Amino acid sequence: RLPREKPPPKPRPPTRWEQFARLKGIRRKKKTSLVWDEQAKEWRRRWGYRRAGGDPSRAWLAEVPAGADPEEDQFARLRREKRERVARNELNRLRNLARAHRAGSAVPAAPLHPTGHQDRDELRTVARVARVSTASLGRFQPRLPKESAEPPSRSGGKKRRFEPLLGNLAAERSRQLELLRDMGSKKPVLDITRAVNKQLRQEEAEAAAANKGKKQSKRGKRGRRQQRPGRSGKKSGARRQPQQQKKAAGGGSG
Amino acid sequence: MRPLTEAETRAVFEKLGKYIGENIQLLVDRPDGTYCFRLHRDRVYYLSEKLLKLAASVPRESLVAPGTCFGKFTKSQKFRLSVTALDFLAPYAKYKVWVKPGSEQSFLYGNHVLKSGLGRITENTAQYQGVVVYSMADVPLVSAGPRRGWGGQGLGHPPSPPPRPQGFGVAAKSTQECRKVDPLAIVVFHQADVGEYVRNEDTLT
Repeated sequence: RLPREKPPPKPRPPTRWEQFARLKGIRRKKKTSLVWDEQAKEWRRRWGYRRAGGDPSRAWLAEVPAGADPEEDQFARLRREKRERVARNELNRLRNLARAHRAGSAVPAAPLHPTGHQDRDELRTVARVARVSTASLGRFQPRLPKESAEPPSRSGGKKRRFEPLLGNLAAERSRQLELLRDMGSKKPVLDITRAVNKQLRQEEAEAAAANKGKKQSKRGKRGRRQQRPGRSGKKSGARRQPQQQKKAAGGGSG
Repeated sequence: MRPLTEAETRAVFEKLGKYIGENIQLLVDRPDGTYCFRLHRDRVYYLSEKLLKLAASVPRESLVAPGTCFGKFTKSQKFRLSVTALDFLAPYAKYKVWVKPGSEQSFLYGNHVLKSGLGRITENTAQYQGVVVYSMADVPLVSAGPRRGWGGQGLGHPPSPPPRPQGFGVAAKSTQECRKVDPLAIVVFHQADVGEYVRNEDTLT
């Protein structure tokens, strides 16, 4: 026997009838394939060629039921009702199919139920999903005390945002005056990121130098002679250049 | 139309500062009204609050120019000052250059100012300092080198018309060097002149 070519089918959600049947406790009755036809006195198949009830297309008599209109065409009524039954069946089949398809693509609800073993990032994601799962997409949801006030942008911070056109003009003016003051003063303005990066780079350089020192002492004279040209050539030169540029840029813009 | 970002404001103020120094705050903070800078299609405009509110109701495609265009941002985000800012910057200019009537026409056609055409220049002008170029037309006493004062006005001469700003420039040489160079050396690089109103009529806003 060969192994399966395609993966086994995924379990699909129960249809409306299956739900109802489970509720009521209705079980499937196994039907026999042959039925005893009293008229023909033999076993005929349930449906199909030479079925038990006779050929329905050759039925020549259609009784008018008790309360029906005498003028109505019974054959037409039978045909119409059959068509309606078929159509309803098809509609329900498609509905079940759509329901199964929708259920498969929706976000599984398992993460939204707290288990007590979730880590902080998972809980944050889940909280965000829960907040956004309202009719207004979370716009009017009250926030927790420690949650950030500004809702995270849907584009993930990619779109540029500008000041409003007719915003507070007095505030804009004061901001510009302050900018002018900063530009006018000769001292370079402290840029936190730059200062921190510079500090980190210095520390890294010191650590590297310390490591190199240790290696040199182990190798002895030969190691020192071999390593020195490399040290003075590439690394320290490259390290000096960005520092010089930074200092020049810091002094020029101030 | 939108307000300038922090970086854009800094670039504009740096450029303006080259010409008028710390007098920019007189432009930003005016006693006779609230004026602001706005960006429209990469051009920086200077307009009053009243005009801003009117311009805000015009659709972007139809809006040609709100206020006065001071300059534009190039594709590489450098700010380029245009001649339409002259009337606002000239009164506050710190360093001025006066051009003789003979070479005034040449400057208005877009050429640089040579030493032979230089009338006067403010003292202590550094090299590559932004200057405003004035004309010296109808001035009775004109000499080749730079001078401090007017010298005697003379008797019976008609009063000279007030010097009108002709454009912007960048000093190619400092005042001290200007005295020593030969007459055909460039002393002021041309940046913008009022002749552009005729030459670039189609593209000025």
